[in-house]
Amino acid sequence: MNAQLSGMERPGRSGLAPAASAALLVILVVAMAVLPLTPLGADKFTIQLLTRIMIMAILAMSLDLAMGVCGLVSFGHAAFFGLAGYVLALVAPQGEAAGFWTSIAMAMAATAVLALVMGALVLRTTGVYFIMVTLALAQMLYFLFHDTKLAGGSDGIYIYVRPDATLFGFRPFDLDNVQHLYYVVLVALSLSYLLLRRVLSSLFGKVMSGIRINESRMQSLGYATFRYKLVCFMLSGTFAGLAGYFAAVQFGVVNPDMLGWHLSGSAMMMVILGGMGTLWGAVIGAAAMILAEMGFQALPAVTINGSEFNLGKHWQLWMGSFIVLVALYLPQGLGGALSALWRALFARKAAPRP
Amino acid sequence: MAARQGRLGSQVDIPSFFIQILNSIQYGLLLFLCASGLTLVFGIMGVINLAHGSLYMIGAYLAFSLSEHLGSLWLALPVGVVLAVVFGAVLEWLLIERLYKREHLHQVLLTYGLILVFEELRSVIWGDDVHGVSMPPLLAASIALTDTLSYPVYRLWMSGVCLVLALLMAWVLLRTRLGMIIRAGSVNSEMVQSLGINIGVIHRIVFAAGVGLAAFAGMLAAPVSSVFPGMGNQVLIICFVVVVIGGIGSLKGALVGAILIGVVDTFGKVLTLEIAGVKILPELAGMSIYLLMAVILIWRPEGIFGKVRS
Amino acid sequence: MSDIVLRTDTLTRCFGGLTAVRDVSLACRFGEIHAVIGPNGAGKSTLVNLLSGDLPPSAGRIFFGERDITGLASHQVARMGVGRSYQKTNIFLPLSTFENCRLAAQTRLGHSMRFFRHALSFAEINAAADEAMVAAGLVGRADVIAATLSHGEQRQLEIAMALATRPRLLLLDEPLAGMGGDESARIVELLGGLARDHAILLIEHDMDAVFAVADVLTVMVNGAVLESGSPESIRSSHAVQEAYLGSDGVHG
Repeated sequence: MNAQLSGMERPGRSGLAPAASAALLVILVVAMAVLPLTPLGADKFTIQLLTRIMIMAILAMSLDLAMGVCGLVSFGHAAFFGLAGYVLALVAPQGEAAGFWTSIAMAMAATAVLALVMGALVLRTTGVYFIMVTLALAQMLYFLFHDTKLAGGSDGIYIYVRPDATLFGFRPFDLDNVQHLYYVVLVALSLSYLLLRRVLSSLFGKVMSGIRINESRMQSLGYATFRYKLVCFMLSGTFAGLAGYFAAVQFGVVNPDMLGWHLSGSAMMMVILGGMGTLWGAVIGAAAMILAEMGFQALPAVTINGSEFNLGKHWQLWMGSFIVLVALYLPQGLGGALSALWRALFARKAAPRP
Repeated sequence: MAARQGRLGSQVDIPSFFIQILNSIQYGLLLFLCASGLTLVFGIMGVINLAHGSLYMIGAYLAFSLSEHLGSLWLALPVGVVLAVVFGAVLEWLLIERLYKREHLHQVLLTYGLILVFEELRSVIWGDDVHGVSMPPLLAASIALTDTLSYPVYRLWMSGVCLVLALLMAWVLLRTRLGMIIRAGSVNSEMVQSLGINIGVIHRIVFAAGVGLAAFAGMLAAPVSSVFPGMGNQVLIICFVVVVIGGIGSLKGALVGAILIGVVDTFGKVLTLEIAGVKILPELAGMSIYLLMAVILIWRPEGIFGKVRS
Repeated sequence: MSDIVLRTDTLTRCFGGLTAVRDVSLACRFGEIHAVIGPNGAGKSTLVNLLSGDLPPSAGRIFFGERDITGLASHQVARMGVGRSYQKTNIFLPLSTFENCRLAAQTRLGHSMRFFRHALSFAEINAAADEAMVAAGLVGRADVIAATLSHGEQRQLEIAMALATRPRLLLLDEPLAGMGGDESARIVELLGGLARDHAILLIEHDMDAVFAVADVLTVMVNGAVLESGSPESIRSSHAVQEAYLGSDGVHG
């Protein structure tokens, strides 16, 4: 009962003050687009950081689609993220650039197929089994790349030359240029958001929410829920692949850690921290999580009783404690808090009528 | 078709086959010890504890430190178990207790945070080096099987201890009043409470026992596997596979799953398999247990001894 | 007869050693309310779960019209035209009343693998949802979150959702459970209206309501059919009085 209520949606047939949220979205995207032109954006480090945040935001959003919207708590999304990166590394000719358009299509297609196969297996289970099985299968892929010489083993593969975006003799952008990469990822994030948002309000989207809230009731209404969950899992995995592709492009290297469960855990944390089921919450969560990580890493060394203790080096300690505190005291995430504020400001019917 | 052309071979003769069987059982029993805590905590409290592997790691490091300070593993084992059980009770009281009524998602998140905390605390306290733990002299010998092959006594002793503990657990759960209450509480905690039994205390006991089991498994394994960073996470994921195969909440399932994995993993590493010129084993040994899990999932999604959900 | 919508043939379901439903053969006709009564534990809810595909039968067959639907999954049974309501309210609590009904009505489209067009732009689906709400007496409650509806209204929503899927057969498992007198009367009136263009299988404890609306009554005891017939014949049946009505009351 409580689990159901946690996803309480606003009354009414129209969404959450659509004009106001659309306006906010446009302002945000424009601000992000203008940023590299301002003094703040002149710093290469800032641009790269923001690019990384946006890439992780795509990953978090994809997980939110499965977890927050459809209730599929996947602990294996790193598998899709990492596989896409490996596809790029493997299709790139030695010492030459891969074609951007073909390699991104191949990376996403490969993750879609992986998600289909993995989904067909894991969706036979529910609840805590689902969590454990997604984790275990992702780990299997990790060992495949870690233990075999298929793709560089535990060291991974370097991508020396970034993909070339030439299309019919015209080269719209250069991925070696950090600002270009920033804009490409910004466009990818914005388009993914708009597309998934659209899907959320479609008939398919309504079925996904219905499954999260009460799957057995969906079945007795006549929905073959397995099929919808499988499609959702595939869609989610494909977007995770999109994120992984750009991550490989940005870092210029892929290794088994991209498939590891720490990444799956981080992605899950981003979604919950931001607030589930809204997609934009995942974006907020990705930003908050990465900034928190940087903040913890930047902590100074202190001297306790004459011995030096480097707080920043042991940032995982603070990150872990932070995660524990969020799980205990902020289960609805930052997004939940923001939503409440937003509603108070813009919504006419703030509380459901009794 | 390609499989027909495959060559399954090994350097295994009868005595070394026997040794691998012993290894499989020993590894399986150790996994059982660790997985039983995980499955009991889930079966009885409905909590999925990702930090279970970290507690295994803490046990191993305790064995390392305590046996150095106390001079012997014999002393380290009981002291370590007591420390682990107390730690488990405190952990339950501080954090886990708040998770019983929460969604799995929040349980996963909190215990994932705990993994990071424990792993980093391990780094702060013990550093990131690999350490060996010496066996008690009494168990350090080997039994000669043939002129060239022998089997370490410690491993035999380890299997024996695990087996005794498995029987003890079964006895407690099936034959004692405490076990009866625990089993009743896993089905209907309100009912148990209405009998005037404090279910909170039962939960604390079970969780602390689960921590004790994981830590004890880590302590037993320490002389064989040595202690190293990340050892807990490896074990955790394998324990998940054990539980998924056996059926969550079932001790019998954990035992069968653990032995199965012990066999598949051990033989995956010693057999060689080539299909159409491509080396499959032992290269893909790391994946074998997950493939086993996948097959079981297709056959019985709820695990071998899992309850079919209606 | 051609107006038989659903028919069972010696339907049986065992749980371990217990036979919850034993050799039940009955028929639901279009335009009729067929009520199944019996003491608690008689197997009524199990029977509904068998008919809706939530449980597979251990033996026996179920026919929907001419088609054998034995062993089909619940979503397949629902697709054939069987709508059900649950004894324990089973709705989408965080969603509005309208959205609950709309989600039910959406099943009319055949499939929902439609990813782009806005869900609220399907006029016929919205109309079907509105119609179901009106039929179930939920006028003016469209935008209310289901969790905040009164108990009686939630029971009405159960029926509205079943109706919105446009079923030929309605399986109603204790629609009056936990309702007050006024609310009950409203639902009873509603059932009478629905019977005109549906076949209804009704499970109910409220004997006054049952005898007021049912066209056919089946009495179950210990999983088996004791007696089946018109309300008058049941009322006068010696066996029924002895085994059920006469003993320790209706709610035994």
